Amino acid sequence: MKKMLLSGLLLTMSATVTAETVFVTLEKDNALAIVDPVGGKLLKTVPVGQRPRGIAISPDNKVLYVATSDENTIKIIDSETLKELGRLPSGDDPETFALNPAGDKLYVSNEDDSMVTVIDIAKKQAIKQIKVGVEPEGITVSPDNRWLVSASETTNMVHWIDTKNHEISENTLVDPRPRAATFTADSQQLWVTSEMAGTLMVLDVNTKQIIKTIKFEATGVTSDKIQPVGIAIDKERRRGYVALGPANRVAVVNAQTFEVEKMLLVGSRVWNLAFSPDQKRLYTTNGVSNDLSIIDLENMAVTKSVGVGTYPWGVAVKP
Amino acid sequence: MLFKVIFHILCFNFIFFFATASAKNKQVIDIVYLTQEKSPPHFLSNFDIFVKNKGIFGAELAISDNNTTGKFTNQQFNLKKLIVPEDGAADDVFAKQIAGKYRYLVTVLPAEPLLKIADLPAAQQMLILDAGTTDDELRNGQCRSNVLHLLPTRTMRTDALAQYMMKKRWTKWFLVSGKAPEDLLFAEAIKRSAKRFNMDIVTEKPWEHTYDARRTVQSDVAVFSQVDDYDVLVVADEQGEFGEYLDYRTWLPRPVMGTQGLIATSWHRTHEQWGAIQLQNRFKEKAGRWMEEEDYAAYLAIRAIGEAATRTQTSELNPVKTYLLSDKFALQGYKGNPLSFRSWDGQLRQPVLLAAPQSLVTVAPIEGFLHPKSELDTLGFDQPESKCQWNH
Repeated sequence: MKKMLLSGLLLTMSATVTAETVFVTLEKDNALAIVDPVGGKLLKTVPVGQRPRGIAISPDNKVLYVATSDENTIKIIDSETLKELGRLPSGDDPETFALNPAGDKLYVSNEDDSMVTVIDIAKKQAIKQIKVGVEPEGITVSPDNRWLVSASETTNMVHWIDTKNHEISENTLVDPRPRAATFTADSQQLWVTSEMAGTLMVLDVNTKQIIKTIKFEATGVTSDKIQPVGIAIDKERRRGYVALGPANRVAVVNAQTFEVEKMLLVGSRVWNLAFSPDQKRLYTTNGVSNDLSIIDLENMAVTKSVGVGTYPWGVAVKP
Repeated sequence: MLFKVIFHILCFNFIFFFATASAKNKQVIDIVYLTQEKSPPHFLSNFDIFVKNKGIFGAELAISDNNTTGKFTNQQFNLKKLIVPEDGAADDVFAKQIAGKYRYLVTVLPAEPLLKIADLPAAQQMLILDAGTTDDELRNGQCRSNVLHLLPTRTMRTDALAQYMMKKRWTKWFLVSGKAPEDLLFAEAIKRSAKRFNMDIVTEKPWEHTYDARRTVQSDVAVFSQVDDYDVLVVADEQGEFGEYLDYRTWLPRPVMGTQGLIATSWHRTHEQWGAIQLQNRFKEKAGRWMEEEDYAAYLAIRAIGEAATRTQTSELNPVKTYLLSDKFALQGYKGNPLSFRSWDGQLRQPVLLAAPQSLVTVAPIEGFLHPKSELDTLGFDQPESKCQWNH
């Protein structure tokens, strides 16, 4: 099985050596924007359903999952033909979700019901609902598949859910209104952003305790405007990148010393982030300026801004 | 093999977790909510239904939110609701049912009974969270060290309007004021804001016509509003006796703002940004109606106690109060900025919404109004102008 996957991966890689494709959900256009990031061009826009927000690509890169919030479903979309292949029972108003590393389970935050829904993708069935804090938002699975983490915005906690029995085993109190949560590639740290306190917290996975809190500051921006959201950490854990929302900046954090090395000015209300497969570029969705910023990580500079449509929300990259 | 080991560790952790949770006694935080019944005002428009129980559902929603968190932190929040009949005395109810039994009191009461209660000896060992008044005086000369205020004051509201008027360059105002004491206070706040933001009140007139305005207003307003040219009509009519009848009836085609038309408010049904839609939905499901300002204020009051009790891991008054007034306190209020209390007068700093009946126009502080500490302090009485001295 693994062999098959691997050869399949090699095949697709050789077929599209030129560059990756970037998919962006457009919350107000009910559409998906398809961008060629190397050429810096919007290739096309396709309708996808009412109010698309969260987006993820399967580990084999064959299908996209898109939460169409106003249709109360997560759509399965062929990443080549962009045709709908099926729908998953996500519960009400799905916004953010996470895939497990194997790509056979999907975990959805149901914000209005204070629940996390576990979906078996093959069966297209919800197999469990887990009661969490008020307004769960950020959700992620550790790369070693040990932990599912859900962050509740009003309860101000991250809940550590055991992936084996889908029960909460521990809770960590974090700064107010936690938004995104992301594990490092080695599954040793969990990074969590707090929108209200303007901080990034680094948690040790073994102790479940906060080991470092980084308070972001930017010249010419009042602290109220610094509202950290999306996080991306490179595989070698050299640097992490944090989208600062209405501060219109991406913070570059040294993932060893936790110093903020640089602030990169991008579009208005920068929300979510994604790496290129070679991790040489970072893509940001800017909700208010309606564009995608492309950051060249070798030179630490914003090289391009691509207009994509109204309210770009989530971003996924296909090699 | 490895899997087995992990599984065993896991089981052990699990047992350990539950054992500690059940061994510890639950920390209980009792909160009492006090309000007084009101009868509908006489002059309300025929179209707006009178909402009798403003505040209570907000308090209940916050208790359930606190308890969702409490489930994980081993804290339990209880709410006792006391409603004083219209002819009753709130301070009597306080003396009989609250004094000596509670540490935290949330009130939706007018200024007079609130101050009466706050000055009673038993209230000195309590924290009162006022979710009912907008009086600037309660945050200035009449401030009390045992009272925090959740609703924006009249000056916070008129400053919000003035900032927007300045941005629009609608600088010439025609001020129309009712005769009720509240209207005079609102008009005073308007004048203060006009001075502060360099606006020009070209004409000021009291509304003196019949209060059953629906009948005669068509002719009255046209004649009444024949004054020197102005950009915007500013109305001070807190009870809604005549203000609704000014728009579209003035002699000159001019917009109306103040207590009617474009209003400044802490919460509005058209507000859905920054996660507000979630709170609106949860509230509507619970109450079967829109969230009113008092509901929002009572919600914030109880969430504030919850947040402080969770962070300090105590139900004790002093650490909770110290935390609430510290720089560390940041409350999610669904309005973009984190909310906190002004340490000099106990007023909750917050954005103020500027809303038309069917649309949210903007949110103050308006971009460009700067402040060395927090832009939220461009609204209302800032520290240097405050007359509040908490040591008295």
